[in-house]
Amino acid sequence: MTGDRTLTLREAILEALAEEMERDAAVLYIGEDVGAAGGVFRQTEGLFDRFGAGRVIDTPISEAAIVGMAVGAAMTGSRPVVEIMFADFVTQVMDPLVNQAAKLRYMSAGGFSVPLVLRTAVGVGGNLGPQHSQSPHAWFAHVPGLRVAMPATPADAKGLMKTAIRTDDPVVFVEDRMTYNLRGPVPADGDPVPFGQARVARAGSDVTLVAISRMVHVAEKAAAQLAERGVSAEVIDLRTLSPLDMDTVIASVRKTSRAVVVDGGVRQFGITGEIAATIGELAFDHLDAPVRRLGAPNVPASSATALEKMILPTAEAVRDAVLSLFGTASATQEEPKT
Amino acid sequence: MTAPAADRRRAIFARMLLMRRLEESVALMSKDHPFGHFHLYIGQEATGAAVIEALRPTDLATTTHRNHGHLVGRGADEKAVLAEILGRADGCNGGRGGTLHVTDRDRGFLATSAVVGGSIGLGTGAAHALKRQGKGAVCAAFFGDGAMEEGIAFETLNLAALWRLPVLYVCENNSRGALGARAGEFPTSEMAAPKLSGIPESLGIRTAVVDGADADAVHAAAADAVDALRAGDGPVFLEARTERWPGSRPLWPELLTGETDLALAWEPERIAGDHAAWIREQDPILRYARVLTDAGVCTRDDLAAIDRDVRDRMAAARDFAAASPWPDARSATDTVFALEA
Repeated sequence: MTGDRTLTLREAILEALAEEMERDAAVLYIGEDVGAAGGVFRQTEGLFDRFGAGRVIDTPISEAAIVGMAVGAAMTGSRPVVEIMFADFVTQVMDPLVNQAAKLRYMSAGGFSVPLVLRTAVGVGGNLGPQHSQSPHAWFAHVPGLRVAMPATPADAKGLMKTAIRTDDPVVFVEDRMTYNLRGPVPADGDPVPFGQARVARAGSDVTLVAISRMVHVAEKAAAQLAERGVSAEVIDLRTLSPLDMDTVIASVRKTSRAVVVDGGVRQFGITGEIAATIGELAFDHLDAPVRRLGAPNVPASSATALEKMILPTAEAVRDAVLSLFGTASATQEEPKT
Repeated sequence: MTAPAADRRRAIFARMLLMRRLEESVALMSKDHPFGHFHLYIGQEATGAAVIEALRPTDLATTTHRNHGHLVGRGADEKAVLAEILGRADGCNGGRGGTLHVTDRDRGFLATSAVVGGSIGLGTGAAHALKRQGKGAVCAAFFGDGAMEEGIAFETLNLAALWRLPVLYVCENNSRGALGARAGEFPTSEMAAPKLSGIPESLGIRTAVVDGADADAVHAAAADAVDALRAGDGPVFLEARTERWPGSRPLWPELLTGETDLALAWEPERIAGDHAAWIREQDPILRYARVLTDAGVCTRDDLAAIDRDVRDRMAAARDFAAASPWPDARSATDTVFALEA
């Protein structure tokens, strides 16, 4: 790492994009309002001026068409990064993404690769209402053939985006839009961050907190609160859902004997279930308490701030869930009944 | 073109002014009440108001993220609309939808889709149900020119044509003069078709293209269309073209043309500033005010009286919305399902 240079997560991804576009002329950026306008989150600022309209491509509001075309282009020598502004709109592209991109390598017995990055934003906040506030990353992780990366820090955002662009598999690159202004150290040169290697964001000995993306920061905040109460929490940042690094999680749980899994997606049938179940399968003998899961309730996000706030797990909720494992709070799993 | 009857023209103007003053209130309140990204209907009032005037109360409608004008234009309580935009408990939808999703079932609105193109599919489905009910009701599906870029538009138009559904497609093409390719401006939408109405025409759908800032022209076309729909002639596609209001060029809307001064309709020499051309030539409110006084339908005093009333209502609505409580967080999980498990 060169010095203590810091960037926001948004800037870090932008830097990865620029470096990869510089390195490989096959890399394209495609999406709505991504060109001269620079993206609705300013997430492509400057790319258009630097690489031109031939490589930073504005499209009509035609998500299914642009992802379908990106799949075909990826099979034919291009390496497109396609942006779907909000993950809610990925519903529009499920056919080219799930039935085409994810399957083509397998169906051609390895004859074709689909080096495509679908970049999209999840997250709750800003009063955007039910059709702009979903976090459906678990859907993507459920599809064989798709890679799913979700950075928590600016450094990882840069390194994971580089890997996403260089890998020959289709990658859904999921950013929490509420982390765009998060600032942190980012190496100027910067090696790619490999997929499938979780990061120990904080070392601890009494409980393992497993999270990804924005929820890593919630878990870290909870860990700080727990430290004040004498509980040492280890925080694991998964970095990618596919591949999923359960080895790091299991090694941690064997040490701590307790685990709480935290996610911003809907808890029901979400990623916390997969991780908790795998801990149960692989580390049952080491557990001193049931694995707890925190996620969004089974309800759409509202526009109203008061209702929006209750969607995501808070640090306080994570802290209390941990304390419940030590018998100092209720052990029941509170989930609004819907 | 025959102009609508005088009482209809006055009603259209009143609806237009209600829309304008509501949106000015929204812009004003956005400074003190963050309620998320929003879209204003300014510059398109003639289209919504005249189409709504051509509908009956039993007709249905679907709309988009740019819905505020449609809602109050069709009689939704401006207090509840503003409260909804602010995400308050007294909003039309209890604060759940916010600015992007204001609806009012009692005024015949099924849905406001913030996903581009959504209103086209839903409106056509409603028309299918209305046809089955056989009472002659129709559905108006409002959407912008950008929606024509989505696959659902083509697929739905085809079905509506095949099944001769009583749906009025109101394509509010507000991109005339849009400069999205310039840095920092939105949107960048574009179509290869030289005219949007060529797409439905290729499917045998009857189309009309009108100046969307000319209330009388929109009303004539909409009234014709609705007659055809009720006669069972199949869908109609109405493209209403407007010059993009300068205030919606930035990513976040701004009242770049100021609060509307009705007197400018008759005193154009007082119009100044960067956006004078839009105000002088395009502002549908000023244009219609001039048309109505020139035609002797109303006097300047009549229109000023309507404006005073509308402003009073909006002032009350702003106070109401600002004072409305936040929704109770305990209610957040209500109504997810029809049957609570």
